[in-house]
Amino acid sequence: MGKLTIDDLKKIKERVKKETALREGGATVKITVHMGTCGIAAGAREVMDALLEEMSETDRQDIRVVTSGCMGMCSSEPNVTVEIQDNDPVIYQHMDANRMRQVFKRHVLLGEVQTDFALARMKEE
Amino acid sequence: MRELSLHILDIAENGIDAGAHLITISVREEREKNLLTITLEDDGSGIAKEVLEKVTDPFYTTRRTRRVGLGLSLFRETSRRCDGRFSVTSREGEGTLVKATFRRDHLDLPPMGDMGGCITALIAGHPEVDLRYSHRVNGEEFYLDTRDIKKDLEDVAIHEPKILKYLGGMIRKAEARLRAMT
Repeated sequence: MGKLTIDDLKKIKERVKKETALREGGATVKITVHMGTCGIAAGAREVMDALLEEMSETDRQDIRVVTSGCMGMCSSEPNVTVEIQDNDPVIYQHMDANRMRQVFKRHVLLGEVQTDFALARMKEE
Repeated sequence: MRELSLHILDIAENGIDAGAHLITISVREEREKNLLTITLEDDGSGIAKEVLEKVTDPFYTTRRTRRVGLGLSLFRETSRRCDGRFSVTSREGEGTLVKATFRRDHLDLPPMGDMGGCITALIAGHPEVDLRYSHRVNGEEFYLDTRDIKKDLEDVAIHEPKILKYLGGMIRKAEARLRAMT
């Protein structure tokens, strides 16, 4: 078997290149998936996977995904924080793949905070 | 942890927190020895000698957000439960090597799980860190190195969602082929 064969990478690269060439300005949305031991044990990887899947299907170029460690709220993991420019950051709790898809489609793309899953809204100073 | 790959993801995150530029992950399965060996090596800041003795103590952590540190202790317990050996060796300023072995046919051995998801989650969160991953079962092996992939991608970022989705799929396929062969 040897080295992982990535024959189609070139094709995908060209497609992504065209799309990103249209990108203007920086990110206006930041999504943080908390990936401490507690988050990973509770299912953060599946949440990340669903998020990347959603991201790959949208044309929006201003969304950035990052990971961080434990926030100290291990019992509410997996946690995801959504920060939209000029809005207070919202922390979501007990996330799973389906909740992540819903938060992405409704909050990130349409701006509707999904209060059912929200743990807290943080006030920006 | 339900899967070995989740331990790998967790320990790799430790290395990244320690400022690693390169994480080398290796999974070796040796059928005749009935042995599974997982190693993670990073070139991060390393662990001081006096701290090294305490890293697998669940009530020791350097973080301040909570008072327990479970990553390494959970990994060690999984290895012990499967008649394996576990070690952490480290030199300050040079990096850390975590090695865990498992009896391959042990009833308590968790499945390998979704390595594709782990690698892409690591890249998505830390595109600047490079990863080398290899999985060998007896004589069969596949490996990837994000430095090679980045070279192929030229000016396209490796953490573009479409690229990650493709890479995750390729890793899953390679893992499945490896499983089918052995």
